[in-house]
Amino acid sequence: MKFGIVVFPGTWSDRDMHYAISTVSQYDAEYIWHQDHTVDGFDAVILPGGFSYGDYLRAGAIARFSPVMEAVSDFARGGGIVFGSCNGFQILCEAGLLPGALVRNDHTQFRCQVVHLKVAHRDTPFTSRYENDLLTMPISHGEGNFQADEDTIAELEANNQVLFRYSDADGNATAASNPNGSINNIAGIVNRAGNVLGMMPHPERACEDIIGGTDGNPVWHSIAQYVRNVRTTTRR
Amino acid sequence: MSPISDRSLAEVALSRAEYEAICDRLGREPNGLELGLFGSMWSEHCGYKHTKPLLRTLPNTSDRLLVAPGAENAGVIDVGDGHAIAFKIESHNHPSAVEPVQGAATGVGGIVRDILAMGARPIALLNSLRFGEPSRERTRYLVSGVVSGISDYGNCIGVPNVGGEVVFHESYDDNPLINVMCVGIIENADVMSARADAPGDILVIVGAKTGRDGIHGASGLASQTLQDDAEMRPAVQVGNPFMEKVLIEACLEAAKLQCVVGMQDCGAAGITSASVEMAERSGMGIAIDTSRVPQREDGMTPYEVMLSESQERMLLAVKPDDNEDLFVLLDKWELPYAVIGHFSEDGNVEVSASGTRHCSTPVSVLADAPEYPFRTSQPPELAEVQAFDFSSLPPMSMSPTEAALHMLRAPNIASKRPVWQRYDHQVQNNTVAGPGNDAAVMRIQGTAKTIAMSTDGNGASVFVNPYVGAAAAVAEACRNVSCLGATPVAITDGLNYGNPETDAVQYQLQESIAGIADAARALGVPVVSGNASLYNESETSRILPTPIVGAVGIIDDVAKTVGPAFRDDGDHIVLLGSESAWDNVAGAGGSEALQRFYGITAGDASIDLELEAAVQDLCRELIHDGLIKSAHDCATGGFFIALLEACIMGCTGATITTQRKLHETDWVWQMFGESQSRVIVTAHDEHLNDILKRANERGVPWSQAGLVGGDSIRVSDEGISIPLDLAQQAWSTGFNAALGF
Repeated sequence: MKFGIVVFPGTWSDRDMHYAISTVSQYDAEYIWHQDHTVDGFDAVILPGGFSYGDYLRAGAIARFSPVMEAVSDFARGGGIVFGSCNGFQILCEAGLLPGALVRNDHTQFRCQVVHLKVAHRDTPFTSRYENDLLTMPISHGEGNFQADEDTIAELEANNQVLFRYSDADGNATAASNPNGSINNIAGIVNRAGNVLGMMPHPERACEDIIGGTDGNPVWHSIAQYVRNVRTTTRR
Repeated sequence: MSPISDRSLAEVALSRAEYEAICDRLGREPNGLELGLFGSMWSEHCGYKHTKPLLRTLPNTSDRLLVAPGAENAGVIDVGDGHAIAFKIESHNHPSAVEPVQGAATGVGGIVRDILAMGARPIALLNSLRFGEPSRERTRYLVSGVVSGISDYGNCIGVPNVGGEVVFHESYDDNPLINVMCVGIIENADVMSARADAPGDILVIVGAKTGRDGIHGASGLASQTLQDDAEMRPAVQVGNPFMEKVLIEACLEAAKLQCVVGMQDCGAAGITSASVEMAERSGMGIAIDTSRVPQREDGMTPYEVMLSESQERMLLAVKPDDNEDLFVLLDKWELPYAVIGHFSEDGNVEVSASGTRHCSTPVSVLADAPEYPFRTSQPPELAEVQAFDFSSLPPMSMSPTEAALHMLRAPNIASKRPVWQRYDHQVQNNTVAGPGNDAAVMRIQGTAKTIAMSTDGNGASVFVNPYVGAAAAVAEACRNVSCLGATPVAITDGLNYGNPETDAVQYQLQESIAGIADAARALGVPVVSGNASLYNESETSRILPTPIVGAVGIIDDVAKTVGPAFRDDGDHIVLLGSESAWDNVAGAGGSEALQRFYGITAGDASIDLELEAAVQDLCRELIHDGLIKSAHDCATGGFFIALLEACIMGCTGATITTQRKLHETDWVWQMFGESQSRVIVTAHDEHLNDILKRANERGVPWSQAGLVGGDSIRVSDEGISIPLDLAQQAWSTGFNAALGF
């Protein structure tokens, strides 16, 4: 099991991802430079948070044109596991690998805080190892307000593509617990095929009790289990 | 030849006497470019001409020092386990007064590059901010701009903002203070120097292209009072945090290369100050061809290139051979760079452009700014301030409960969450305790060590007694670190004052630096770095003298750290450092209560440094031995506000029982007086006697103040009962309410 962590100029969660996945959860992880033309040899590709290329035009808008994104798109279309958090989620939307868009928070300010998350489905490649469905995780973004047209939202909900919602401490997706104005309190979604996940919260920051919790770690274990299962099935 | 005009001298902020000294030492008149170089190098910002004699008196030795203060961009402290930290505080006051967003943003960028120059990865930022009256339109504009600037820049470069302060006082109406501290971590073997190895080493500039922004920043903006500043807007630099982020990663990689022998950031006075300082440290000369510097605009003169303060640039001293790997690395990061000169044997700064020499001046003269002696007498008006008669004040119309809620709502006391929730305080996965605690705690990955850090300063207290107030800033910063169980190991100081050419400011500077020095010695912490920002005054107002002290401490076992919040019902509340929970009128001098209720900054202040050291030692020992569950220092608003904060953060009430009754008129000072050296701790019943015994052994006075529990904060026998939810609401909404946000 080898994770590939994509590094754009301006990415800052790359080292945190490496720490959470490799040092804490003990999986192999290597960096993939944005100029690379291939992601061969990796079982899952991570698009970390940050301000790729400064995000001067629109968050993620330039990163999608980098050479590595072509390889990531091919990998995703072939069923490969792609996980984007924060700026990674924005890039996935810009690249068309996920529907919708992440616009400026409704209160217009950057927000760094710990939020409660309700896990909507625990039978996915990203959530199978969660033992309960109420998590706490940090967010840190200025543009995390998930928006899409009505049909897209209806489709996302109907196909069980919304995996994480902002909620209160009891798991209710209330307006008060929505930190950025996202439609239906959406914090994370998967594509129709279920192999590409984008989420605004930072699971890599929730990796040790000393820095505030471990609710992020099951994501890496879930991905690894899924990859193992696919391999076993293929071999059969 | 006609004598130089006053106007020409004013442009570079040199006095006629200084000009004559330059002519004398050069044996000729300087040309235009040289005049610009001298103006920058002899400015207060670069040359410390008013503060150098005083700064020499600060303690600067410690067993933990790997790099001595002053020898490089920042002192370096060994934290054990093969790791070291570099840290420094720097101001960006004048630019922020003129253009708050960019002024504050580039303030963050500048201090980060100072730490980067040591080869250290920046792991934490703290901001100490000062603004004027919250109700003023200009204050709101400045607060909103400065917070945006820090948020935009800090968040983009991926360095967490983990602490700091925001304080309001009318004296900062025209001159806000933006002091930023950066802490970096280095493996001991990788500490970088800002000097060349040998003559012939080449000078490489890396990062942003050089433009016409910020020319005369050091000699102009930072060396004059505010009425001139509005016209100086073009002298404010514009930041590019994306470039900074790339520069951080590229320079950290470059620092590991054999061929890179020295690193220096381009800060105030740009290439001039950076290259002259490198040459001076190396004991060499330096030759620069300005036509080789990558430029953003056409037709820039050597003068403009040398004095531009364009942001996000670093200078590297590089071996002349076998250096290809550096250029491969810089190409990978797509950073502009150029070889712009070399270090020489002759000891001169030589500036040329396309083969024409424009100046040749000895480094030894340029880097040797004059020093001005200080007068020592106390200005007569200070005696009046200190003799203020508190009995002359009208009696309070509020009840103690109303007064407490009014204090909690004060923007200087209320929660600063509206500010710090806009800063990423978690990136890099090291934040154990972030903003909102007495000090921030960061763990050092790959080791068992954690470090605690805090920035503190109380201008009102320094105003009423410069020596005591400054000593108290050191004491409070170290006390905050001690309240988390960390042993303070070093401090940095940011000195913010008015015009040093006036008697009053000279006295403030001299006394407060003496206070910092004595407190630092008493608490065993060297001053490893610092910054001076003078001329913070306008025609109508002068800032309170505001030294900001940043302290860093080491926690050997993070499992033992405690926070400020009360925890369990029935725990005993003990005040360390005083025999009574209630303060007295002596604590009223320069206090927030005096300001909040009467709009006055007056009185006197005092500190017992021996007691301070004993209280901090005891506090750390109690945490280390697991005897206490919380520790919170009494600061702004004194004992009663510290108590309310500990209750609010712990979501619990408390019952206070004291031997002494509240006085009919002095109760305001008893509750909210700000006497130093006091810490509120809580403990389980089984440890109480042990704690009191240890306090007695160390000669630390104490007072049993009551018990944790309930849903209100009550004072028995006084009829005071404040519902917890009311206190919580006042504290959490006060900031936005006062600022109209």
